Amino acid sequence: MSVTVHLPTVLRSHAGGAKDVTADGATVGEVLTALASEYPGLSGQVINGDGTLHKFVNVYVNDDDVRYMSALDTPVTDSDEVSILPAVAGGAVGSSRSLPT
Amino acid sequence: MTLYGSVLDLIGNTPLVDITALSPNPDARILIKLEGQNPSGSVKDRIALSMIEQAESDRRLSPGQTLIEPTSGNTGIGMAMVCKLKGYHLTVVLPSNVSPERRQLLEVWGAEIIESPGSEGSNGAVKMARDLAADHPEWAFLYQYANPANPKAHYQGTGPEIWRDCPEITHFVAGLGTSGTLLGCGRYLKEHNPDVKILAVEPPAGEMVDGLRNLDDGYIPPIFIDSGGAELLDGKKIVRPRESIEWTRRLTEVGIFAGISSGAALAGAAKCAESIDRGTIVVVAADGGWKYLSTGAWTDDLDVVEKRAKETIYF
Repeated sequence: MSVTVHLPTVLRSHAGGAKDVTADGATVGEVLTALASEYPGLSGQVINGDGTLHKFVNVYVNDDDVRYMSALDTPVTDSDEVSILPAVAGGAVGSSRSLPT
Repeated sequence: MTLYGSVLDLIGNTPLVDITALSPNPDARILIKLEGQNPSGSVKDRIALSMIEQAESDRRLSPGQTLIEPTSGNTGIGMAMVCKLKGYHLTVVLPSNVSPERRQLLEVWGAEIIESPGSEGSNGAVKMARDLAADHPEWAFLYQYANPANPKAHYQGTGPEIWRDCPEITHFVAGLGTSGTLLGCGRYLKEHNPDVKILAVEPPAGEMVDGLRNLDDGYIPPIFIDSGGAELLDGKKIVRPRESIEWTRRLTEVGIFAGISSGAALAGAAKCAESIDRGTIVVVAADGGWKYLSTGAWTDDLDVVEKRAKETIYF
């Protein structure tokens, strides 16, 4: 299962500057783990050493935040898009260059 | 008509309007709460009054004192109006790229404006205000992101109003922001019916303006953590600028001229309506459209507005 993952600016340098990458996995956790093994610089940035999500990272499958689904066990399929977004203060700016439009 | 002794008495008791005509599922009713009807024009009047009156009763404010607050606009405008009536001086830390109407409204109410870098978004304003507050212990720093009087205003006001007007509510949808609306209303509604689902809508911060050098610069509002926000929410969705503008425009079909964050919240409500068989969704329109006219959100080409949305703070 190959899933498209959208990276935020702060993580792109760890993936050779790529905005979108693909990784294999049947769950969000598997996809992110595969990503970290392909791009070792991402290791520890999204998933902590104890296997939980970094507190300042929000991960979405399509439109939905996985923390309110099954977290890293949330299933993904080929047509899904995973977006990693940093948690920042509310009063957001209307830009979404890290997202599919 | 009722005679009011002060404009402050007009805060709250906003109308709830049935806009099921816009629902993608006719069996999913959508009701919208028009917070733009508050006297300074947004939902933030509620927390402005609540935070200031709480500080007064805690004896943290003295006549003529200066308050400092980071805001992308609405909280500052509400606080500036309340401060003017109560005799305080307000300094706001405002990202440089907010719509010009917001800046002008702050000036109307006599607030002093300190600009934070637009490229750092609200994160930058929060950081600068915290630094300034630390340097000026004589200023009162009510700090909407960490003040329990923020969610309390919604627990005591917005939530009970919704329950009074619509006890058949099944889903509550609002923008995340400081999280005060979701926490206060969510807690009140769940206490009265644990089956009500509480759904957050988050317009993503732009990568060019999120102010992050690394992920550890991220920010979660302290009230969200302190009030158990993660346990209270049943879901959180991202809504993109284009969808937000499209739904802001669609609101005019039912005669509602609301701000762009209202369109974002409605986009979230519409997705919710599609995902359920039947139910009653209540969504919050945080403000009116007036402050966003200069963005051309209603009248310019959608592609142009979307592009412009990448440089201006709309929420």
